[in-house]
Amino acid sequence: MARLELDGVSKHYGDFYAAREVTLDVAEGEFLVLLGPSGCGKTTTLRAIAGFVEPSAGTVRIGGKDVTRLPPWKRNTGLVFQNYALFPHLTVAQNVAFGLEMRKVSKADAATKVNEALRLVRLDHLGDRLPRQLSGGQQQRVALARALVFRPDVLLLDEPLSNLDAKLRNEVRVEIRSLQQRLGITTVMVTHDQEEALTMADRLVVMSEGKVRQVGSQRDLYERPADRFVAGFVGRSSFLEGHMSGDTLTTPGGLAIKCARKIAGEAVVALRPERVFVGTEPVTTADNSFPGEVEFVSYMGGLIDIHVRLSEHDQVIAQVPNHDGSVLPAVGDRVHVGWAPTSAVFPAEHNGMDG
Amino acid sequence: MSLARSDAPAAGGLLPDRWRLGRWLFKGVALVAFLYILTPLIFITWLSFYAQEIPSYPPEGYSLNWYGQALNNERFLKAFLLSAQLGVVATLIGLAVALPASLGIVRLRFRGRGTVNNLLLMPLIVPGIVLGFALYVFQVEIAIATSWPILGSFGGLVFGHVLLVIPWTVRLITASLVGFDRTLEEAAQNLGANRFTTFRRVTMPAILPGIVAGALFGFVSSFGNLEMSLFLVGPGRTTLPIAILQYLQWKIDPTIAAVSVLQIAIIAVAMLVTDRFVKISRVV
Repeated sequence: MARLELDGVSKHYGDFYAAREVTLDVAEGEFLVLLGPSGCGKTTTLRAIAGFVEPSAGTVRIGGKDVTRLPPWKRNTGLVFQNYALFPHLTVAQNVAFGLEMRKVSKADAATKVNEALRLVRLDHLGDRLPRQLSGGQQQRVALARALVFRPDVLLLDEPLSNLDAKLRNEVRVEIRSLQQRLGITTVMVTHDQEEALTMADRLVVMSEGKVRQVGSQRDLYERPADRFVAGFVGRSSFLEGHMSGDTLTTPGGLAIKCARKIAGEAVVALRPERVFVGTEPVTTADNSFPGEVEFVSYMGGLIDIHVRLSEHDQVIAQVPNHDGSVLPAVGDRVHVGWAPTSAVFPAEHNGMDG
Repeated sequence: MSLARSDAPAAGGLLPDRWRLGRWLFKGVALVAFLYILTPLIFITWLSFYAQEIPSYPPEGYSLNWYGQALNNERFLKAFLLSAQLGVVATLIGLAVALPASLGIVRLRFRGRGTVNNLLLMPLIVPGIVLGFALYVFQVEIAIATSWPILGSFGGLVFGHVLLVIPWTVRLITASLVGFDRTLEEAAQNLGANRFTTFRRVTMPAILPGIVAGALFGFVSSFGNLEMSLFLVGPGRTTLPIAILQYLQWKIDPTIAAVSVLQIAIIAVAMLVTDRFVKISRVV
């Protein structure tokens, strides 16, 4: 259990930057999630913490100690691999004992600790099995016990849930999170699944193209995305591009949109679908109200997505709750959509990637 | 034959006739192939129990006499010991070369990797007699140049037999390394094992079947080698296959059959015993 700091960590292979100037500060006992699409640098960052990637530049500190040049076996991190990487020729108990054995813990002590760790993941009755005799979920828990048993300074999770089926994934999510909180262990998890990230993390780091795009709480990322990428990757957004002067963004389609933030020049507005209102009359309660035509309706039970075209260039998605007796607009209907001035406005040069 | 069974749909009675015919044909061909491989072995075993000296059909009776002859023959005994020693030493040296070579071939990316791999497998393709002759000339040259009496020495024999062992060990060890999941090594290192411990505790157990199988095949090919050894043996230093050949030049009594059966038995037992500890059948 320790604080973990990354200071300007970069890794490049020739001209290709896998990680660029990654700076993170993970507090003791914090659960930090690195979130991003594949190839965004999150795994490289995790491997730099574990010691499998030697940074081209920057420093990694665990508990205040510079470990940048230390090999993996001298770092005291516990890594749970995506494919679990259990030793196939060792029993469950021997797998879990491996880290203790390397730390020269006495046999009797080790046996007690192994038992404790297995009880923690509710597998103490399966110690004598071989990994291949276990289900995927059980293997995952063995991997977790193996990484926790020697009380690592930092627990590292590399897409630990991606090989489990959907139902199990939700259970394990809760289990890992509560275990982490109970032990108060500093944890870094890598995932590309935003739901997983949002439900488990204390704080999230959104990455793309090797760079940290934004660090913050779930609310920070959703309410105040730092750029277009984050707005598209965390939750959903409709994007309207145009030229901004004062607090008004004018789209090529002729819409004049009031915003809560001023940016000079080309800009893009991100709208959360549930914050867009749809009605048959102009939306007088919102500063922005435009007429449009329903282009597509997607019925999802409790929620309904309505895609509305506002002009040749502009389209927004509105998500409305399916109230008792609500009348569904049909494709081709003329409607009005409206929204309050939003602060999610970004300069247009952030248009690199779409979520 | 289990292949034919598992491929066929379960409902046997409903099979179209041509499928059934195909299955019988397949079984028939497999049977012929097995008989073709096994017949000589069956005959030589049968022959070794014949009572009469000249192998002719039908046997005049059965006896264990020829086994006694074989075991009491000092030439065979000495030759057997030499072949065994030679096989063991050559196999150990071969492994010592093949293990690092295989690791390099599978894990390093260097220019000429394919060439090195092919070179190491080459002794398998070059006829033994060519290899033997080449080594003979080579060793003559060494002996002349350094006045080191390598020719006909045990060292000279080992030198040659290592070449027989290397292709087998390299082939089987690289095969098991290719299938090895390297995240297991990362897992060990993450848990605190340095490179050496990681190799000893994780990599080694995983590729052990490949190593053992390679060693076994290497040993067998050394133990049974005749053509190359013919060039490399010296006076009073005879391997078992050569002793058998020499014996055959004067006699054709079933002693040879008995020696052969013993040889087959020893190798078969070695294979079965090792297979109990490491599943060679999974590699080969």
